[in-house]
Amino acid sequence: MHELSIAQNIVEIIHKHIPEAEWEKVASVHLKIGKVAGVVSDSLDFSFQAITAETSLRNTRLEVESIPFRVLCNACGVTTENEVGFTVCSECGSGNTKVLSGSELDITEIEIAEPAVKIS
Amino acid sequence: MSIVTIERKVLEKNDELALQNREVFQRHGLFVVNIVSSPGSGKTSILEQTLEHLKNKLHIAVIEGDVQTDFDAQRVAKFNVPVVQIVTNGGCHLDAKLVQDALASINLDGIKLLIIENVGNLVCPANYDLGENVKVVVASTTEGDDKPLKYPTMFRNASALLINKIDLLPYINCNLTELKTNALKINPKLKVFETSCTTKQGIAEWCTWLEKQV
Ligand SMILES: Nc1nc2c(ncn2[C@@H]2O[C@H](COP(=O)(O)OP(=O)(O)OP(=O)(O)O)[C@@H](O)[C@H]2O)c(=O)[nH]1
Ligand SMILES: [Mg+2]
Ligand SMILES: [Zn+2]
Repeated sequence: MHELSIAQNIVEIIHKHIPEAEWEKVASVHLKIGKVAGVVSDSLDFSFQAITAETSLRNTRLEVESIPFRVLCNACGVTTENEVGFTVCSECGSGNTKVLSGSELDITEIEIAEPAVKIS
Repeated sequence: MSIVTIERKVLEKNDELALQNREVFQRHGLFVVNIVSSPGSGKTSILEQTLEHLKNKLHIAVIEGDVQTDFDAQRVAKFNVPVVQIVTNGGCHLDAKLVQDALASINLDGIKLLIIENVGNLVCPANYDLGENVKVVVASTTEGDDKPLKYPTMFRNASALLINKIDLLPYINCNLTELKTNALKINPKLKVFETSCTTKQGIAEWCTWLEKQV
């Protein structure tokens, strides 16, 4: 259950980048999670909701964008995707490849809800 | 709505500490191995065999990670090498901070090889860089041949795979060729050793490889 420790890291990053007065207004946090990052989005969501339930981040949702595992083959030049995480090229079987994506565990954006009616 | 763009690694704090550990290791001319596997694949047994084999050739220190107990550290201490036990109290992996704290209680002077035995778990330790030079994954024949497909991240990030308990092959349903093929599809660069801590098969080859990396 390292999703719990990942959720704690997300909370710390929000605290670091958003002034305390705005924490209540953090509507969502956008994450990029690679297909083979070894992180289960549902468990992460569950952990995040559990640790923020009674805090100023209780209204914050996690928005996860799943990033495919993509491999570029240096032998045949084809880029392929696979779910398992095979690094060998699924076109020609070569092991001379470069992993382009799929291991991400990034936080990209924090969305702050502004008051519905702004007094100008 | 207003959007704050931040673009950071979620585990940036761990990565920073891992970098600090890496600097400490480099300063001491240390080579560091992070051993990972499911519970009970034989990490400590391999460590015992490795110490037996290399302790007169190389100065070795060990960090043991377990959820509870210092049993593994006690097993290692019999070889008269510096050893520190990290007890995670439920934590399913070691992180760079725990290793940094453990380093404070080891005198690294003269040590050439530091072996870190991670908590028995094939999933969680994969995300946490400790500052090591290489990860070594142990998979035992009793776990079946599909482990690499079920836990690809660990196999992709490792430099070597030890297929342990090879002595048990005649008694169980594990297709060794299948296991190796699966592992190499995940990571064609993986150096594969077949080992047994009871018959000592493959231990010398593994130790020779390890000694060469240092
Ligand atoms: N037959 C056989 N048994 C082995 C071998 N290697 C280890 N074992 C046995 O497997 C059991 C677990 O070994 P450990 O070395 O404690 O495994 P570990 O990976 O360190 O376990 P944790 O630290 O608890 O995750 C012990 O009973 C060992 O004696 C082997 O090569 N062959
Ligand atoms: Mg052990
Ligand atoms: Zn190809």
